Amino acid sequence: MTAILRSPTTIVGVMIVAILAIGASASPNFLNASYLLQQLQISSFLGVVALGALGVIVLGQIDLSVPWTMTSSAIAATSVVGVGAAAQDVWSTELAMPIGLAVGAFIGLVNGIGVALLRVPAMIWTLGINAVVLGLCIFITGGFAPPGEASPLMRSLAVGRTLGLPNALYVWIGISLVAAFLLTRTYIGRAIVAIGNGERAAYLSGVATQGVVILVFVFAGLCSALGGLLLAGYANQAYQTMGDPYLLPVIAAIVIGGTSIQGGSGSVTGMLLGVVFVTLLTSVLSVLQMPDPHRQIIYGAVILITLLLYGRFTRPVN
Amino acid sequence: MVATEISPARRSRPPLSLPPGAWRLALPLVVLAVLFAVLIAIHPRGLAVASMTPWANQAVTLAFVAVGQFFVVVTRGLDLSIGAVLALSNALASELVSGTPVEIAVGVVAVLAVGCLCGAINGAAVVFGRIQPIVATLATGAIYTGLALIVRPTPGGDVDEALSDMLTYETFGFFPTSLILLFAVVYLVWWPLSRTVLGRSLYAIGSNESAAFMSGLNPKRARLLAHVLAGFFAACGGLFLAFQTLSGDASVGFSYTLNSIAAVVIGGASLAGGVGTVIGVIAGAYLLRTISTIMIFTGLPPMAQPLFEGLVLLAAVSVGAIEMITSRNKLKVLR
Amino acid sequence: MPSPDDRAALAGRDRGLLSDVEFVALSGISKSYGGTTALESVDLRIRRASIHAILGENGAGKSTLIKVLTGVVRPDAGTVTIEGAAFAVRSPATAAAAGIACVFQELSLVPDLSVADNIFLARGTGPLGFIDRRRQQKAAEALLRELGSEVRPTDIVRSLTLSEAQLVEIAKAMAKRPRLLILDEATSALGEQQVGRLFEILRRLRSEGVSILYITHRMHEVDTLCDTCSVFRNGRHVETFPQGERSPDAVVELMLGRSVSQIYPAKPAPAAGQPLLDVRDLSWDGRIDKVSFVVRPGEIYGIGGLDGHGQQETLLALFGVLRNVTGEVRFDGRSVHIGSPGRAKGRALGIALVPEDRKSEGLHLPLTIAHNLTLSVLNRLTRFGVINGGRQRRLVDDLMRRLQIKSSSPKAPVSSLSGGNQQKVVLAKWLACDPRLILLCDPTRGIDVGTKAEIYALLRRLADEGAAIVLHTTDYDELIGLCDRVGIFYGGTILRELTGDALNERNILRASFALATDGPTDSGGH
Repeated sequence: MTAILRSPTTIVGVMIVAILAIGASASPNFLNASYLLQQLQISSFLGVVALGALGVIVLGQIDLSVPWTMTSSAIAATSVVGVGAAAQDVWSTELAMPIGLAVGAFIGLVNGIGVALLRVPAMIWTLGINAVVLGLCIFITGGFAPPGEASPLMRSLAVGRTLGLPNALYVWIGISLVAAFLLTRTYIGRAIVAIGNGERAAYLSGVATQGVVILVFVFAGLCSALGGLLLAGYANQAYQTMGDPYLLPVIAAIVIGGTSIQGGSGSVTGMLLGVVFVTLLTSVLSVLQMPDPHRQIIYGAVILITLLLYGRFTRPVN
Repeated sequence: MVATEISPARRSRPPLSLPPGAWRLALPLVVLAVLFAVLIAIHPRGLAVASMTPWANQAVTLAFVAVGQFFVVVTRGLDLSIGAVLALSNALASELVSGTPVEIAVGVVAVLAVGCLCGAINGAAVVFGRIQPIVATLATGAIYTGLALIVRPTPGGDVDEALSDMLTYETFGFFPTSLILLFAVVYLVWWPLSRTVLGRSLYAIGSNESAAFMSGLNPKRARLLAHVLAGFFAACGGLFLAFQTLSGDASVGFSYTLNSIAAVVIGGASLAGGVGTVIGVIAGAYLLRTISTIMIFTGLPPMAQPLFEGLVLLAAVSVGAIEMITSRNKLKVLR
Repeated sequence: MPSPDDRAALAGRDRGLLSDVEFVALSGISKSYGGTTALESVDLRIRRASIHAILGENGAGKSTLIKVLTGVVRPDAGTVTIEGAAFAVRSPATAAAAGIACVFQELSLVPDLSVADNIFLARGTGPLGFIDRRRQQKAAEALLRELGSEVRPTDIVRSLTLSEAQLVEIAKAMAKRPRLLILDEATSALGEQQVGRLFEILRRLRSEGVSILYITHRMHEVDTLCDTCSVFRNGRHVETFPQGERSPDAVVELMLGRSVSQIYPAKPAPAAGQPLLDVRDLSWDGRIDKVSFVVRPGEIYGIGGLDGHGQQETLLALFGVLRNVTGEVRFDGRSVHIGSPGRAKGRALGIALVPEDRKSEGLHLPLTIAHNLTLSVLNRLTRFGVINGGRQRRLVDDLMRRLQIKSSSPKAPVSSLSGGNQQKVVLAKWLACDPRLILLCDPTRGIDVGTKAEIYALLRRLADEGAAIVLHTTDYDELIGLCDRVGIFYGGTILRELTGDALNERNILRASFALATDGPTDSGGH
């Protein structure tokens, strides 16, 4: 019983309830169903990106190329629509999403190759890739967002609703279920966890560790790209700084979900709550009309306190 | 190879080869020397006071921050708040470092003290809160950035010009004062420390914490020290940036965090901890900045610059990969 | 800490008198981790000028005893007194201050620092506690020379072999000039000569009044070195007696709490038939030099020799870990290329490797027993990548029963098991693959007698069932008692192959030093 009470999932659940209570006392509309659904819709963008990052973190690595993987995929997709519209090409709107996702997968592939084959620390390799992708985008676009807009599919996925629920939520839940299944019930998931706990032992057990690492980074690239495409669909455009606010909240959501940044274990359920928590925290601070600096301070302090609670309650004293 | 040559007796090194690990220090220094030569060759003014002082000044801030980052990295940690501490101290400097000499002195001390305090908070969260350094400093970084924005919502402020001139021009009319300042501060702090058990324990806990503990070292104290040093050097960076720009700006932080990590790695330190030198890290910082300067002078289109910088960073960190790819024992490259 | 003059005075005194003086006494020490009791109200007296052996199976409480004495863990109950005064050993630093130093089995060296820095890690050698590098270097050099090590003080520890590192660890403990020196399996990686040298030093330290606590699994070391023995079992101190008072068999019985019959299984008649593994002129990177040997199904082939002559590399090469290996490997008559462990373990070959380092190479300590057991065979338990839960559970239950892995649940983390049970998990995870060729690297290192006997019996049974086994070990007894044929490595190649009567300690030793051996030998294996 105490084990359940002290699990990260419980703690973050309690914190979510607390935030809802604060939000409700500040604004009567906070507990309104449509407002909460909108929060879930926004959470979905963060949640999709975080799913990919979760795999990388379970491996014991980190992906700092999230911002520009998102942005470049979105720019690619919206440009395809823009170019197609100019040339009156009917196919371009259909191609927008596959091309955007392919960009993300390719960046993930390069990330994976650097980490698995060249064995450069992921922190520094993905940082460099992020800089290169940023440089490429600026070089190609000349520093301005290229003309273009989101394809109908992107818009529908980002802002559309089915049976009263946001489509983005379905996308998020769907991919989460797939990720949770992969992580707990399949060979690849077991291999990821094993590598995160010790690559030498995994390799000597006959696991093709380099292939698994590359695969996980490709999945992360795909997830970041999808997040970027959804965000572009939401805003109906791509813009240079769209990915920047996602990097740190992604990491925060994962660790608040109870996953160790050192790798070797990971919880999809915990992360879902972590994503909701981070999104609600941001929104409650804006509902409270807190000035930006204060918002940052409270944001940081709440994350710190949550993690301190974990340290206090969940880990045995060694 | 004749069988008997592989006796269990130690194979001796050829006399001219570097001891293992020395390339980690030699490489950044050599590359920096080459880049420096290239810079002088293409610089319109060549090797002159007017070209050297800006070159020296432009990397001092990053060098300070990178040295701070290094102390955390060597203990196998990472400080993602270091840019925020820089921004906070830069913003504070623009408020405090002006007026009478006494006020200026108090201001400088106050800024440095705040830096140390930020570092101590990070260290406490890591040591006593038992939070992973990356995550702890991610959270505290948000707090410090917020504080910096409260101190200085928009860029501006006032910094003592006389002191600024003194630190950003030359000594004896030709030697950049900023370089002297950088080395003086780093060595006044690190040289004595590196000769104590506490200083050595920074490396020791990064290399193998449980072995260090079993040997009677105090990992908690060492880790706290590393974070305080990081805060101190970030504050030095923030101060110098204020002297350089004569103002404060709360939004400069994050790029410094990322570049400090890059400088530390390029400077030969290992993110796995236990390895690296302060000199290498300073060279790493200058290396990064020198590349940017060279690109300005080569007439590269401004739009291509970020791409080039990224590619150079990738190339720099891939150098170590050659060893990995050519390694004949696959187990050796796995952690 | 006594000054050198003190020590000289002590050395001059009658050791018999001195050894009646108690240095450390433990009374009522208890310690438990979670639900497991590691030590249960232990009383132990350690006299001065004595070499005191601590004997016991793994899990008997020896390592916890050391951790308590060195301040790595604090006991739940009980007191430690040093020279009659109660002493709180709060941390390794306080233990060091009290004159307690330890040679840790898992080594307490910091890999990225130099040998000299490691030897004086927690102490400045200069004034005011500052580090005086020159003095530190000189002192380190003197210590290393005394131990017969050729390591230089400036060498980085990471570049050392295991045996070199072990000597540095010993030097590090000695540098503290301890009054109580604890050695935990300190000779496991050392050669015969180095052990001899160490024993001389230990005897000299005893004559100077130092108390020495000597933990080992090697009975002959106890015979030659120690004067007092204490036996531990299941966290309790069973008995203390002067060395020589009991026969080795009686001591083993005390350790186990029951009698053991034959530790090695009987050897069958020499295997005939086609070789399963036929290695010809295997070479790699100057470390393996034209190694040739054959192993037949049903055979246990031993690989011996001094540490670092290419034995481990040969096993790694056969498991596909090394690149640019030259020479030919014939498997079941076909010439094969083993590119990776994945390929080695595949159905086409069926090779298994029990690696040298159980903790970092053989197991994932934080993961569950079930997940560890199934990792290498997992690709056979899946359909379209999805794990068949029922088959996994049956396999795990079967393996745990077959190898008698003692644990509360297959869901317990492997780190909660004792060393012997952990090694059984490594073996079991490879047995799950039904391997035809099993390569083992020191599988019984640091393992208690009871588990050792179980593992020997298991290996022989596997051989009888048709597997070919290649066993690399540093333990001569194992080579002689368990193996059918033994290849002795020297300088990267198999210098002698010993079998039958020629397979004895004297010949193994002589071959290890490239001296001529007696009796029939067969060099090369063809």
